[in-house]
Amino acid sequence: MTAGDSGQGAASGGRAPLIQLTGAERTYMVGHSPVHALAGIDLAVEAGEYLSIMGPSGSGKSTLLHVIGLLDRPDRGAYLLEGRDTGNLSERERAAVRLARIGFVFQSFHLVPRLTAAENVALPLELAGVAPEVSRARALVALASLGMEQRADHRPDQLSGGQRQRTAIARATIMRPSLILADEPTGNLDRGSSLEVMELLEGLNRDGIAVLVVTHDPVIGERAHRLVRVEDGKIAADSTRTPP
Amino acid sequence: MKLDMRVDPKSGMKPLIQLRFAARASAAAPLRAVLTLVALGIGVAAVIVLTALGEGARRFVNAEFASLGTNLVIVLPGATETTGGPPPLFGTAPRDLTLDDAAAVARHPAVRRMAPVVAGAATVSFGARERDTLVLGTTAEFQHVHHVTMGTGRFLPPGDLQRGDPVAVVGAKVRQELFGNTNPVGQWLRIGDRRFRVIGVTSPTGRSLGDNMDEMVVVPVTQAQALFGVSSLFRMLIEARGREGVPDAKAAALSIIAARHEGEADVTVITQDAVLATFDRVFTALTFTVAGIATISLLVAGILVMNVMLVAVTQRTPEVGLLKALGATARGVRSLFLWEATLLSLMGAACGLAVGYASVAGIASVWPTFPVAVPAWAAVAAVVVAVCAGLLFGVWPASRAARLDPVASLERR
Ligand SMILES: Nc1ncnc2c1ncn2[C@@H]1O[C@H](COP(=O)(O)OP(=O)(O)O)[C@@H](O)[C@H]1O
Ligand SMILES: [Mg+2]
Repeated sequence: MTAGDSGQGAASGGRAPLIQLTGAERTYMVGHSPVHALAGIDLAVEAGEYLSIMGPSGSGKSTLLHVIGLLDRPDRGAYLLEGRDTGNLSERERAAVRLARIGFVFQSFHLVPRLTAAENVALPLELAGVAPEVSRARALVALASLGMEQRADHRPDQLSGGQRQRTAIARATIMRPSLILADEPTGNLDRGSSLEVMELLEGLNRDGIAVLVVTHDPVIGERAHRLVRVEDGKIAADSTRTPP
Repeated sequence: MKLDMRVDPKSGMKPLIQLRFAARASAAAPLRAVLTLVALGIGVAAVIVLTALGEGARRFVNAEFASLGTNLVIVLPGATETTGGPPPLFGTAPRDLTLDDAAAVARHPAVRRMAPVVAGAATVSFGARERDTLVLGTTAEFQHVHHVTMGTGRFLPPGDLQRGDPVAVVGAKVRQELFGNTNPVGQWLRIGDRRFRVIGVTSPTGRSLGDNMDEMVVVPVTQAQALFGVSSLFRMLIEARGREGVPDAKAAALSIIAARHEGEADVTVITQDAVLATFDRVFTALTFTVAGIATISLLVAGILVMNVMLVAVTQRTPEVGLLKALGATARGVRSLFLWEATLLSLMGAACGLAVGYASVAGIASVWPTFPVAVPAWAAVAAVVVAVCAGLLFGVWPASRAARLDPVASLERR
């Protein structure tokens, strides 16, 4: 089964998919030998999908996520985001798209250590030039909606792993993106926190945000509606699970 | 849902928010910040203190000269060789300046006052005490031309240039050494083999430049000529009619002497203005030189800022990756780091200003007679150079941060 004829793709009719990768390749030179991190990826993801990407370590999952998140460019192939070719976007345009449309969640949280939870959440708003009072108010609302109102003025080192990841999720959603990209979001969390974080991401998905989760934990991965398996930089399997 | 790829130039992080972000970033690395502050602070303080000392020296000399009178014209016998051309082979011996020359110059309308001067060393004694001292022969006019103030008694009496009674005015130090507690006024003083009645004592000047009246004895010009067996003058002091009258007085002296010396103006005319201007230039040049040297320390501090910022960029590489992932442009990242460099430089400059001005105040209180003063240009230049150095040396680290690859940066641990 390929991305092109997946069930979700057919359901959306003539509208362009959120993500459309065709023949995407990304090659690193390690010494004199090329490493094909992505070796021809064809993938289409519709708006609002909930998709997990699994595969062995080094199979290219993170690279795929970085390409989709416009942090990296494919050497070959095309990447259309919301129907627009991203190949000819300038650095500033790519930054603007990341700011407005894409939210990242990382395994290691990537919170700025000297800033409070609320300030970390407000960062994208500040990058967008939103007035500081508005930024703070919106950050507080976002944190409260994740049950973090008591922790808004705590610094990351005063937060538990689960609280840190919730802060990162609040930050990823503060700009109301159409796409959340999470690379091993539960990799540094215990089982309980992992489930909480996944439930938060699934809640965002129910609100219409497409969620792509990279994981090597099958319990986490199999919660998604669509399971993509990557091996050696290629899509080895792509299956849709009927939501319960 | 449309993909919004427009780049609004007005959007992006607001400068004030960038500044706050930069401030918190520097505050989070206090050692780095303190290092920069100290380096830049020392540079700025050095500029402030050194230029304040130079300016103090300039003012000190200026004040000394001003107390001698700025509309003073001094006529010396003999032309200087600086007018160019080879010295004449014949008739090289300059004619003496005489009292008649002096009297002729004194009559010119451009000359307000004229004091002829004869000077020489002589042994002065009172009773058993004696000392060698400078004896000045002049007239009553000298008191005004040279701004002499009297302690007790009076200065030489006005009267005929060619006549002078054997009277003497002694300096404060001479009085102390020869007379001790005796009131010298009315006493007879021996100079060489002649006797003079003391008519006054000048008040102590404590002046260090020019002729120090404290160690002199002043007698009428004809008396001094007789004492030293000369008929010529050592020099002529002319007071012009105001500072603007100085060139006229100078021209008058030259033309009168030329007329009286067979067409040859064989004298040298020095104006206080010219001497003062020379000193002023020397000290201003000195101050600038010192400022320049101190500026080098600011550039060294700038290099330190650069290293501090490079370390900051390295330490915060994952943060740069995050900012880029969140949607910061390369330009945005660069300005964040530039703000940080600017902020550190500004604070360093402020510290330097505070330390510099405090040191200058300290010098002023320890050494109150020295007119130490920070020239405004130096303070402004020090701050501008410090901030420019910080900014300039911050450009490279900031650009490095801006160029960082987001994926590689995020994965750096
Ligand atoms: N910056 C890089 N330089 C060289 N090789 C890289 C780089 N990034 C990733 N790779 C290689 O690309 C392959 C895919 O990496 P990655 O996408 O991180 O895999 P995964 O996330 O599935 O573990 C791996 O073989 C990895 O070694
Ligand atoms: Mg990975």
